[in-house]
Amino acid sequence: MRPETERVKTVLLDVDGWQGHRAGQHVDVRLTAEDGYQAQRSYSIASAAEDARLELTVERLDDGEVSPYLTDELRAGDAIEIRGPVGGYFVWDPTVEGSVLLVGGGSGIVPLMAMARERASDGSRVPTRLLYSARTWEDVIFRDELEQLAAAPDGFEVVYTLTRSQPPGWDGYSRRVDRDLLAEVAPPTDELAQAFVCGPTPFVEAVAEALVGLGHEPQRIKTERFGPTGG
Amino acid sequence: MDALTLDGNAAAGVLQEVFAAEMTAAAGTCDGCGAVEALGAVRLYTGAGIVLRCPHCEDVLLKVVTDGGRIWIDLRGLRTLELSA
Repeated sequence: MRPETERVKTVLLDVDGWQGHRAGQHVDVRLTAEDGYQAQRSYSIASAAEDARLELTVERLDDGEVSPYLTDELRAGDAIEIRGPVGGYFVWDPTVEGSVLLVGGGSGIVPLMAMARERASDGSRVPTRLLYSARTWEDVIFRDELEQLAAAPDGFEVVYTLTRSQPPGWDGYSRRVDRDLLAEVAPPTDELAQAFVCGPTPFVEAVAEALVGLGHEPQRIKTERFGPTGG
Repeated sequence: MDALTLDGNAAAGVLQEVFAAEMTAAAGTCDGCGAVEALGAVRLYTGAGIVLRCPHCEDVLLKVVTDGGRIWIDLRGLRTLELSA
């Protein structure tokens, strides 16, 4: 278990016979109570396929049935039931050439982080820009690792927008992701090959609509309506 | 639709179990309005089972209910499903 922010923790799992996964895929976590009641939620995988352990980065939802158990109750050595990897739509295809845009809102960063990690571990130099919208600097998940990934001279960039409050001297964006902001951050339409947008539903719809409005082909924009996922 | 609405990506596991194939990348044609979307990109509602709805006209595309022993599948709202062979 690794704390990420006040509300977010990463659960590291040893999975017998794990055959690897593609960046963007999920697992379903199923919890069964003593009386047989079952609750199941889908969580994006945060780790790269090559990583030693399967990592799920989970935001605690106060009224959730599964996430409070994963973030507060689970202890090292406990066993949980998972199914996966599943999903084939919202997945990174490393064989596609051309620029990649990742747009994450809140904990919607998690599957995009799997893509960033996969990209780094593959030694890919595909130009990739991550636009990450969070409320405050303290809410930014994977902050240190993102700084490291962005510092490597391999074509990976991170652009932040902090929508609620900004630290002193902040020189990033400080507003919601809208068409004007995407016009500044997204690659030109003839360069963008794949866009992945993940976050709460209104965020995803607004970003996808704005990208289409800017002339990007809808088929190149993959969406995942993610957090908070009622978990 | 609110911030808690999910999409078909979150139903990948259930669909995989029912169809024995990866279904979120499958393109479904809505019988109501004719729109074509990947099942991963359509709206998901969960309760006793799962319901996928067209994001354009809100018609029901697919329903799956399981009780542990049996599975009911309603595909009336899908005109076609196209998968990679």
